[in-house]
Amino acid sequence: MTAPETVVGPIPLDESPGGLAARLASAGVGDRIYRVVITAFAALVPLLLVAIALEIGVAAWPALRTFGFSFLTSSDWDPVNGSFGAAPALYGTVVSSLLALVIATPLALGVAIYLSEFAPSWLRQPVSFLVDLLAAVPSVVYGLWGIFVLIPLLRTTIVPFFKDTLHLGATPFFSGPNYGPSMLAAGIILAIMVLPYISAVAREVLLAVPRSQREAALALGATRWEMIWGAVLPFARSGIIGGVILGLGRALGETMAVTMVIGNTHDISSSLLAPGYTMASLIANQFSEATGDLHLSALMAVGFTLFVVTLVVNAIARWLVWRVARHD
Amino acid sequence: MATISDPQITVPPRREHPSVSQREYTARAVRTMGRRKVVNAIMVGLTWLAALVATLPLLFILFYLLKKGASSLSIGFFAQMPKPIGEEGGGMANAIVGTLILVATAMAIGVPVGVGAGLYLAEHRATKLATVVRFLSDVLNGLPSIVVGIFAWQFLVRPVGHFSALAGSVALAAMMIPMVTRTTEEMVRLVPTSLREAALALGYTRWRTSLTIVLRTAAAGIVTGALVAVARIAGETAPLFFTALGNQFMSTSLTQPIGALPLQIFNYAISPYESAHALAWAGAVVLIALVLVFSLAARLATRARFGNATD
Repeated sequence: MTAPETVVGPIPLDESPGGLAARLASAGVGDRIYRVVITAFAALVPLLLVAIALEIGVAAWPALRTFGFSFLTSSDWDPVNGSFGAAPALYGTVVSSLLALVIATPLALGVAIYLSEFAPSWLRQPVSFLVDLLAAVPSVVYGLWGIFVLIPLLRTTIVPFFKDTLHLGATPFFSGPNYGPSMLAAGIILAIMVLPYISAVAREVLLAVPRSQREAALALGATRWEMIWGAVLPFARSGIIGGVILGLGRALGETMAVTMVIGNTHDISSSLLAPGYTMASLIANQFSEATGDLHLSALMAVGFTLFVVTLVVNAIARWLVWRVARHD
Repeated sequence: MATISDPQITVPPRREHPSVSQREYTARAVRTMGRRKVVNAIMVGLTWLAALVATLPLLFILFYLLKKGASSLSIGFFAQMPKPIGEEGGGMANAIVGTLILVATAMAIGVPVGVGAGLYLAEHRATKLATVVRFLSDVLNGLPSIVVGIFAWQFLVRPVGHFSALAGSVALAAMMIPMVTRTTEEMVRLVPTSLREAALALGYTRWRTSLTIVLRTAAAGIVTGALVAVARIAGETAPLFFTALGNQFMSTSLTQPIGALPLQIFNYAISPYESAHALAWAGAVVLIALVLVFSLAARLATRARFGNATD
């Protein structure tokens, strides 16, 4: 009897369909397909932005070519005679947004400081939840509230208080008749809408300030406020500015709520009580009723301007916040 | 060394100005301390006031929503179609259905793209494309919704020649993608490397590891991100203005104009009729409720994730 011959060497690959060889080969293919697919999805994000810029830019080109730089400086908006200048909308966008920041920034900073320094721990969660929830309210609901609650309130109570009790009626800001729909109404609504964005960023940045910074100030004999003013705020400054600019980006492009309360008039007026236009509300109001190709193109040009402005503002904001975040 | 009775303050002697007596100098230091304490109290009080004022708008808005909207809410509001403008009664059945269709279609487009892009960012962290995508998705996130709206019009409505629900959904999806991308990236990054390595060591291919092991582990977080994104786009009006347009009739077709809750609220709010205003308030209540449901679902999904983590 001889022992059965044993084969020594590599185990032969299972070459049958569905065997190991086939599975290894297909694994490589699967990985390649997976990689291509997720790369394509990732590439879609920049493509989308480029597509938005191109589509709107191309549509805006006829108006930009016709009017050149005067499109931004002229306040002539005459669809009948085909002459377009967006200065009032530009002015209205800037004024309403700045007004919103003037109202919202101190409030947002106050909330952020309160929450990060003074609030008892049981109050922290509910208060920040209530403020954050402001960001979840749809803008059309703000607009509805603006039309039926804020504007009547402005007309009957707030503006008369400013005009008669504080005697501000003589200043250019509060001159003229008090209709209700106005730059002031738009600014107040926008302030409420950007408040959660600014306070969220400010809170985060304040919490990132090292504890040692606070303790050092207190050890030097500073009061709580001197500690915040002298040691915490300077440390968090560029992050807070980033948050404010982020809020500015939101305010510049906000459409529905502003359209519903600003009064939609193509005029530049120094009075905050006068109705006005913003770039976004101009588009929202006239786009579906554009009377001709040039009118449509002019509205596209307004959209393109808004696109570029918000792009720049957001890029600056991100950079500022990112710089602070990198510090720790 | 002159020490005053208040143990907190130690006033060092100051010799440079002999004209001011030590006694006078100490008195001034005490007055300064008093002023500093007053300033402190005022500023602390102001931050307290700011917190109070900042929480008021939300309560104010919710109060009016319930006061004006709840009375107009009825079964008919959900079941009936809008009556001709100016007539009493009617509901928003078409707009509610329209919003659900728009949001579902936007999710069907936006979630896969956002999750895919997020997976790419997490798995190829340092590539040039990843840096660009990360920055541009932040930029896209800050883009005004009206700009996205006119883009969708130019891209999908103008060439076709008519408004469509699909164009509206694409506009909403474009707003969703950057949000889903960034949350997916963050959630996938939280998945421990050891888990991925274990799967690879067991002979799993890379794509199966990513799609089954990694995505499943990060699922709750990604769902949260998607729900937050949905909560934000569900209330958007501006991108739908020139795309979905709105529709007085029930429509479920993606190629036709479709009604949407925010559009209907806007149209009723700016109309001169009292009955329309009442419907607008009721619609706002439903819209807020819809947004809150998505937000609460997102919170629950987050809780589920943390629950798993402790198991």
